[in-house]
Amino acid sequence: MFQEEKITASKEAHAPLGETARIYIMGKSHDVPQGLTILKAMEYAGYRLVRGVGCRGGFCGACATVYRKAGDFRLYVGLACQTGIEDGMYLAQIPFYPAPKPIYDIQRLSPDVGALLRFFPEIVRCLQCNTCTKVCPQGLEVMNYIAAAQQGDLKRVAELSFDCISCGLCVSRCPAEITHYHMGLLARRLFGAHMTPKATHLQKRLAEIEKGQFEEELEALCRADRQALERLYAQRVIEPEG
Amino acid sequence: MVIKPAAVRSGRGDEEGNVVDQEKKTLGYYPGCELRTRARALDISARKACESLGITLQELKDWTCCGGLVAQVKDNYMALLAPARVLLQAHTQGFNELATLCAFCFNTLRRASFFLERHPEARRKLATFLEVEMLPQVRVLHLLEVLRDSVGFDRIREAVRRPLQGLRVAPYYGCLLLRPAQEISLDDPEEPTLMEGLLKALGCDVVDFRSRTDCCGSYHIVTNQGVAAQCAQVILHSAVDAKADFLVASCPVCQFNLDWSQAGHGNTGVPVVYFPQLLALALGEPAETLGFDERGAAMLREGS
Amino acid sequence: MSLLLSLGRKDGLAKEVAALSEQNLYACYQCGKCTAGCPVASIMDDPPHQIVRFLQLGDVDKALKSSTPWACVGCLTCASFCPKGVDLARIMEALRTVRLRRLDAPFRYTQEDGEWLSNLPQSAVVAAMRKVTW
Repeated sequence: MFQEEKITASKEAHAPLGETARIYIMGKSHDVPQGLTILKAMEYAGYRLVRGVGCRGGFCGACATVYRKAGDFRLYVGLACQTGIEDGMYLAQIPFYPAPKPIYDIQRLSPDVGALLRFFPEIVRCLQCNTCTKVCPQGLEVMNYIAAAQQGDLKRVAELSFDCISCGLCVSRCPAEITHYHMGLLARRLFGAHMTPKATHLQKRLAEIEKGQFEEELEALCRADRQALERLYAQRVIEPEG
Repeated sequence: MVIKPAAVRSGRGDEEGNVVDQEKKTLGYYPGCELRTRARALDISARKACESLGITLQELKDWTCCGGLVAQVKDNYMALLAPARVLLQAHTQGFNELATLCAFCFNTLRRASFFLERHPEARRKLATFLEVEMLPQVRVLHLLEVLRDSVGFDRIREAVRRPLQGLRVAPYYGCLLLRPAQEISLDDPEEPTLMEGLLKALGCDVVDFRSRTDCCGSYHIVTNQGVAAQCAQVILHSAVDAKADFLVASCPVCQFNLDWSQAGHGNTGVPVVYFPQLLALALGEPAETLGFDERGAAMLREGS
Repeated sequence: MSLLLSLGRKDGLAKEVAALSEQNLYACYQCGKCTAGCPVASIMDDPPHQIVRFLQLGDVDKALKSSTPWACVGCLTCASFCPKGVDLARIMEALRTVRLRRLDAPFRYTQEDGEWLSNLPQSAVVAAMRKVTW
């Protein structure tokens, strides 16, 4: 009855909806216009989202959603801000799945399998079931980066997990209770801190700064008045484009 | 005076002493996680030894963990996923035989393969889960049997350039290489001769070592170190009694347990090495490139 | 049918262990060769052949509470020695499995143990995680 009242009210108070789809948000049915994303559909249905929403651009991983379709036992996943609704969609959001972060000092760790095992010993429980890969909304090869971690191949872990947005869907489904994205992050940090080539020109410049090469210039800038600064700015050297 | 290698003298070798009358053989190769990390010496020395014997170990691409010991109950299909996946990877990449070096991986894959062959229900379920038509049959091999059956110990003897004369070695099988005998069928589980045959071909002095098929404590090193220490000590004592210079193993866990128990509980000083390290050494590879640890390297220097 | 040796007398647990392990518990005639060959028998609560005896008599609780299945290393010396072809390692695995499926095990590893685990060979850690903890 409540449902019918709502629809009547809509019909009277607003312009005609056009094609609608019936979706189920955490078990409750709503009729929403076709062509909306899950996020928009939830807001259309009257939900004011304070969790499970973020950048709205498919990048932050906050709006991970799991859904089923009518008559289909399979689980489907997607980011609510990027996935369109379908008639019969039965959804729930997983805004956060428990995954405490270990504390470590990246400079004190060596880039090898020992560092990964020390904070994530559970990666050896991996059953190679591939559920994580199937559930990744970014289409990453999650099982393969766990395998690479076990083999101590940090470079490959970094490469395969690069586009991970830490949405947590893999963590929610893993039967071995692994926290994939935190481990991937540690591997990427170790790779960046210890294995990628250092920028030599940066080291050089830092040394120059420490030697005081730019002290005078900086002092002069600090002492300069507004006019002098404006003049300096207007006359600055602009690097040519291209 | 330069003594020409046996292979050259017998007329079957080229100038460098490589045995050349056999066409090169390529085997699908599954290293396992350990051989990429702690047991690199096993991987490196095996590859070098195989190259000189005309075998190329072609590593599988994108391989995953073997599953670390089969579940010995009737209905744990989840535990079979990992080995099934590896066999699938081997088949997809064109191999119907897969060579392994790590005893854990060998045992797991061989037993999984044995089980899957005899349980169509398990095969069906796993094939459905893995989203393939059917699970392939892949023959899982250990390098020792490849050396015995495909190469032959006689040919290895001829290829040896640096006979390890005077080196007293204790061949240590552990449990996973041989048992359960009806599933593994590598050698006699109580009186094996496989490693002895290989080591004798290298010129070693193989000692009579009564603990050669005893368990090192295996995964109890993780949960129950007392058990692991007890098992390892029994083996070490019998190696010392037999006056062995080296304990020769084929399993990274055995190597670790035996090594660890020497460090913590009094140093009996028997280095634990992998059989491919000695094989590669005898075939002429320089010792420094074969990953011998300090104790092992010291023992080699003493012996020479 | 002897009352003493009737599996059906006690709860279904004994049947479960027999089914999981696929072993004929009554083939064992208590010769003790398994215990003689077992490398860790000296630290077990009950020697391996005793565990089989408990199961034969339907006393599954004793078998389940014993430390024996957890000390078992799966080296299969028992199975290769047994003159009747009883695979005791599978029986031990079945006993562990019954307890693990009830989320009941003497070992429970957490990230606190990471430091020790990171020094060990991975195969051992993988195997331990599968066999003695859930």
